[in-house]
Amino acid sequence: MEAFGLLLHGFAVLLTWKTLVLMVVGLVLGIFVGVLPGLGGPNGVAILLPLTFTMDPTSAIVMLSCIYWGALFGGAITSILFNIPGEAWSVATTFDGYPMAQQGRAAEALTAAFTSSFIGSLVAVLLITFLAPMISSFALKFGPPEFFAVYLLTFCSFVGLGREAKHKTVISMSLGLLLAGVGMDTVSGQLRMTFGSAELLRGINFLVAVIGLFGISEILLTMEERLALRGHAASISLRVVLSVWKDLPKYWVTLLRSSFIGCWLGITPGGAIAASFMGYNLAKRFAKDPASFGKGRIEGVFAPETAAHASGTSALLPMLALGIPGSGTAAILLGGLMVWGLNPGPLLFVEHKDFVWGLIASMYLGNVVGLVLVLTTVPIFASILRVPFAAVAPMIVVSCAIGAYAIQNAMFDIWLMLGFGVVGYVFKKIGIPLAPFTLALVLGNRAEDAFRLSMIGSGGDLKVFWSNGLVGSITTLAILLLFWPVIDGLLARVGWTRRTSATSR
Amino acid sequence: MAALLLSAPAVAGWEPTKPVEIVVAAGAGGASDQMARMMQAAIQKNNLMKQPMVVSLKGGASGAEALMYMKSSEGDPNKVLIAYSLIYMLPLSAKIPFNWRELTPVSVIALDQFVLWDNSAGPKKVKEFVEAAKAASSPFKMGGTGSKREDHVLTVFLEQKTGAKFSYLPYKSGGEAATQLVGNHTESNVNNPSENLEVWRAGQVRPLCVFDKERISYTAKVTDTQSWADIPTCKEEGVDIQYLMLRAMFLPGKVTPEQQAFYVELFHKVTQTAEYREYMEKQALKPIFLTGKDMVQFLEEDDATNKALMTEAGFVAK
Repeated sequence: MEAFGLLLHGFAVLLTWKTLVLMVVGLVLGIFVGVLPGLGGPNGVAILLPLTFTMDPTSAIVMLSCIYWGALFGGAITSILFNIPGEAWSVATTFDGYPMAQQGRAAEALTAAFTSSFIGSLVAVLLITFLAPMISSFALKFGPPEFFAVYLLTFCSFVGLGREAKHKTVISMSLGLLLAGVGMDTVSGQLRMTFGSAELLRGINFLVAVIGLFGISEILLTMEERLALRGHAASISLRVVLSVWKDLPKYWVTLLRSSFIGCWLGITPGGAIAASFMGYNLAKRFAKDPASFGKGRIEGVFAPETAAHASGTSALLPMLALGIPGSGTAAILLGGLMVWGLNPGPLLFVEHKDFVWGLIASMYLGNVVGLVLVLTTVPIFASILRVPFAAVAPMIVVSCAIGAYAIQNAMFDIWLMLGFGVVGYVFKKIGIPLAPFTLALVLGNRAEDAFRLSMIGSGGDLKVFWSNGLVGSITTLAILLLFWPVIDGLLARVGWTRRTSATSR
Repeated sequence: MAALLLSAPAVAGWEPTKPVEIVVAAGAGGASDQMARMMQAAIQKNNLMKQPMVVSLKGGASGAEALMYMKSSEGDPNKVLIAYSLIYMLPLSAKIPFNWRELTPVSVIALDQFVLWDNSAGPKKVKEFVEAAKAASSPFKMGGTGSKREDHVLTVFLEQKTGAKFSYLPYKSGGEAATQLVGNHTESNVNNPSENLEVWRAGQVRPLCVFDKERISYTAKVTDTQSWADIPTCKEEGVDIQYLMLRAMFLPGKVTPEQQAFYVELFHKVTQTAEYREYMEKQALKPIFLTGKDMVQFLEEDDATNKALMTEAGFVAK
């Protein structure tokens, strides 16, 4: 039980007053951003990231990941009380959560949401605990071709598995790749697309882009839509909590299924949003009376929340072990790791054990503390929504600007952020997904370097991507995923033909 | 410790009032990063400064990020750059609008060595290594940090002196170059001692020769059988290439003489600490302390040497 010993060590690293205080602060901030429509996990983490630059990496990641858990918890509050999903992955929670609140069962729905969030994360953390040490032994097998294959896999799976129109994903990703090329090219040592500007020398910082793309653009959209906030009062009594918990074992199939979907989608870059919908849809499909869903059924809260949390948590595993983020927030945490001087990748588990196991331990602790915190503070957070949007919006814009400036102490970055805000707004209007853009901006350079180093090493022979079992299977999988919609279509046609022939007989 | 505290205000009239940022122009885990962290620890443990020191990694654009950051921080006495040969090379190879003369020199605090390393499963001697490289069907892969910089220059000179061909793979940091050599993804690298120390101790790589006119002076055993002093010079092994790299501290331009004096004193004290001495020995660096006119003279000469090497290697951008 090497993992167990390391985990205990992680707890030892973590159990200091300073870390625990940071944890609570992070959770409270996270719930806050989760509750605010238009902010949310990735933005909250992006804006607060520079605050952690002066901390040691372990404290910083504990605080940031707690913001992340907090946002995951907080998203459920507004979905249930106000029918406003604070987070995209809470949309599915509104389907049954809001009807429950309308029937006066808000407390029950909230307890169900928080509890299932907790269960989802717990399953994912267990997975991370026992898979992580195995992944670290891969460490040395990764040379440039292997790294490129993994990046290719990420890009391809975004295109092949994403829910958005393929051409839009490709457009978004290509633009991201183009912008990632700005600045110094490590392989040739030359400058690219800087047009003689010293500001562009640094390249386009993806955090600046993310704050603009998500934060500013969301404010613009909300302003346009004149979001009205109306809600139900809620408080949770211990009696309700216990009665929901007592019924919990009845729903073990739903919980398990959603956890599984969440973990799977979290590790492959599908993200929490897809997971929550898939969890909900599957629970509905397998229920004896699907018609009762959408009318205030507690299972309709359990299913999406468990899946969203399981995927949100397990998204951190590929980020840590391979340097590949499974979700938007994980992508921002990845940027953070590099800022703190930690190179995410297989060797992180060997070279920075304290950090990795501190983080994993913080997932356990953070979730327990978070559960207690949300159950006790629901009324307070619900009152945030009574503050007029006109007062909240300027504060968000200012905090975005501070965040963008603080990354590199450059005024230019604030203009860049505003520019990206407009880009984000336009993208959302014309339905171009932002996630592939962000992904390309984060991984574009690394993918390019890995590809070119592979080419230098092999003398320009593309066969290097099939030169051994590891790289070969990743590359093949990437290509399969890229064409997945086509393959899926072919399979469906075969299945369809078989079924019709069966019925015609 | 109390004596140190008391002596500090007597020498310098100025003191930082907010945390001091030590700017690293390289990736995480590289030699600059490790050195910055050593100094951070030495300063904190010995109470050399009231304000904390934070390490700020600005390795973007092959370190150009840090240079431009320092250039744009004119007049800010709370940032110190830990510089190395990139201050000469980057403006030449990539036409970065930067000149070290625009910064305020504080002190040269060490000289770093370069060592030719191969995988411990590879050839044991420079001669065998060169023969193997010549005989190989595809060129040996040489890992290094950055393109058209010290590692790349050394590779070019290695090719010129031996006649062997290498494919140079520019990684983002020395740490990455080290793990790639361990994983057999490259055949060799020319890392600084500190960058390969851990994998050498783990028996995963082998030092072939050191690019200096004399052997490294440290004789304490690093691995079970070898000390730094046991590594032959490349000249002894028949490949006459010498290169040493400065490790120097700079403040941004236009700081006051009092602020400059504070840091000269601070880093002088750092070089007196046990942490510094231990680090010098562990990482096989040459201790040195130059400041004022001596430092400027050293920098001018070093600049000329590097410029000549870069020109000969054909890395100067037109």
